[in-house]
Amino acid sequence: MLKFVGKRLVSALFVLFGATIITFILSRVIPSDPALAFYGPKATLDQSARLRKEMGLDQSVVIQYFKYLKDMLTGNWGYSISTKQPVLHELMTKVPSTLEMIFVSIIFATLVGILLGIWAAKNAHKFVDGSVRVFSIAAVSLPTFWLGLLFQLFFVGRLHWFPATGEFDTELKFLNPIKHVTGFPIFDALITGNFHAVENGLWHMVLPALTLSLYSLGLISRMIRANLLEVLSQDYIRVARAYGIKERIVLFTLALRNALPPVTTVVGLSAAYLLTGTFFVEDVFNWPGIGKFATTALLNVDYPAIMGITLLGAMGYLTINLIVDIVQAKLDPRVRAE
Amino acid sequence: MKTLQEFRRYLLRNKLSLVGFLLVNFILLVAVFAPWIAPSPKEGRGVENIDHIGFGPGWHHWMGTDILGRDVLSRVIYGARPALLIAICVVLVAATVGTILGLIAGYMGGWIDEVIMRVCDLFLSFPPLLLALVAVSLLGPGLTHAALALVISWWPWYARLVRGEAQSLKSRAFVEVASAMGVSTFTIVRRHIFRNVTTPLIIQAAADLGTVILAAGSLAFIGLGAQPPQSDWGLMVADGRGLVFDQWWVATFPGLAIFITVLGFNLLGDGMRDFLDPRSQK
Repeated sequence: MLKFVGKRLVSALFVLFGATIITFILSRVIPSDPALAFYGPKATLDQSARLRKEMGLDQSVVIQYFKYLKDMLTGNWGYSISTKQPVLHELMTKVPSTLEMIFVSIIFATLVGILLGIWAAKNAHKFVDGSVRVFSIAAVSLPTFWLGLLFQLFFVGRLHWFPATGEFDTELKFLNPIKHVTGFPIFDALITGNFHAVENGLWHMVLPALTLSLYSLGLISRMIRANLLEVLSQDYIRVARAYGIKERIVLFTLALRNALPPVTTVVGLSAAYLLTGTFFVEDVFNWPGIGKFATTALLNVDYPAIMGITLLGAMGYLTINLIVDIVQAKLDPRVRAE
Repeated sequence: MKTLQEFRRYLLRNKLSLVGFLLVNFILLVAVFAPWIAPSPKEGRGVENIDHIGFGPGWHHWMGTDILGRDVLSRVIYGARPALLIAICVVLVAATVGTILGLIAGYMGGWIDEVIMRVCDLFLSFPPLLLALVAVSLLGPGLTHAALALVISWWPWYARLVRGEAQSLKSRAFVEVASAMGVSTFTIVRRHIFRNVTTPLIIQAAADLGTVILAAGSLAFIGLGAQPPQSDWGLMVADGRGLVFDQWWVATFPGLAIFITVLGFNLLGDGMRDFLDPRSQK
């Protein structure tokens, strides 16, 4: 098992190395002068020349690449053009809020997806099954950004159940400020016993997390249904049923155990989809995370920020794939043997 | 390949696929005949009508009017054009590029295969859509650039798919016999390999059409796709987001159009997969 993890880790590092080549190429094909972008249209020739030298743009491409790689490794990810702050610092302060949303969404999508899938498989080819199938296809056909607006329209505008935007109420900063421990706001509030903030945060989380999770929910419920039906048609299940083992045990213990491993792939795939899904959800719900930062950076062609986001995205994606591989190896001995 | 008649019989048996098929054809007709169907073709093309700003849905404007007084129904009808155009173009170009590279990699093998597949891996090491977002940001916003950006992030999937199929076909007896008989490489690839990858290709392309429409809508929504005054669904949802609590119809109907179109393509795509590849019907 350890050897397996090690091998995967090494290959992930190789892919990450490759990803830096793409971000490097992207950062060099920008048609505009970086000095112009940084100082604005009033940049003098002198300023431009100095900045180009500072950024190493007067050297050969290979040297530039290694300098870029060194900068990435030493945490020097450049300065955001719009906020003038170090990109890595900006990203690190925004990652926790996004991760909290992704975490809640993926947990919700997995649990509800599994339940829906089981429910559909139990009632295969009946009305319930058909409804779950229609729901799962509809869920992957919904534009996330539009769904977010609809939720706002209905749950906020009509029912006034949830706050429309943001991560916490603005008063919270003054009344119950969250102590900084790990940087994850709701988690910090929880471990410092600030339950008022926890409640407030979760309340703000409901709509964006629900919006974000629907796509994954569709994928996961469908996959569970298909796998479970396949497993249920196998001989050992028929034998178990013939022995008179309770249907509940057959379904939840015997069948589900073998239907779950392929699902880890789908959960991983959904998590990867959520990485970019947050861009649109955070934009709609004004969530102060990476996604909001990313859409602003993309619109303003803030390329140091864009390069940072791209690299971070690749890292997140590879991490997810790595976790999926490991979980799958843990659940399925055949994968380990490969 | 199966015949059209068999497909028709399949559709009649599978109601969901039939719904998808009908929806897709409906949207296609709407897109083609937009100037004749739209109540106000001029407003559908984006010309403002400031006397009609903020009308709710009613007899004269079934879907209300938007911030510039344009009839939302007319714009939704015209919006079918860029949506279908971008979906078809992106899938067609990405599939062509991916197929050519995949065939070369799969059939040639060796270092060519290594190089092409490693380049694919590079493109696939980013979460979906991220590369397209970055590309369109650097290229500058616009419908053409959005399409180009989507092709950049989509072709590796086709290359990987075709390469896998080509590689397994290469060692099959009929290909080896053809090769031993001295049939030229080009002919073998065209006649024996390519023809046998068309089924998985069609399945993949049918599944991707809806996804591309969603992706293009997302790009337009954050301001990187189609630009005003073009009638594009994603852009129209963005127009209406600021007034979602006052004039709900401005964002709701264009979004609904995206949803219905994508749903149609996904239902049809699902049907195509089950029809062409019965093994997938678990």
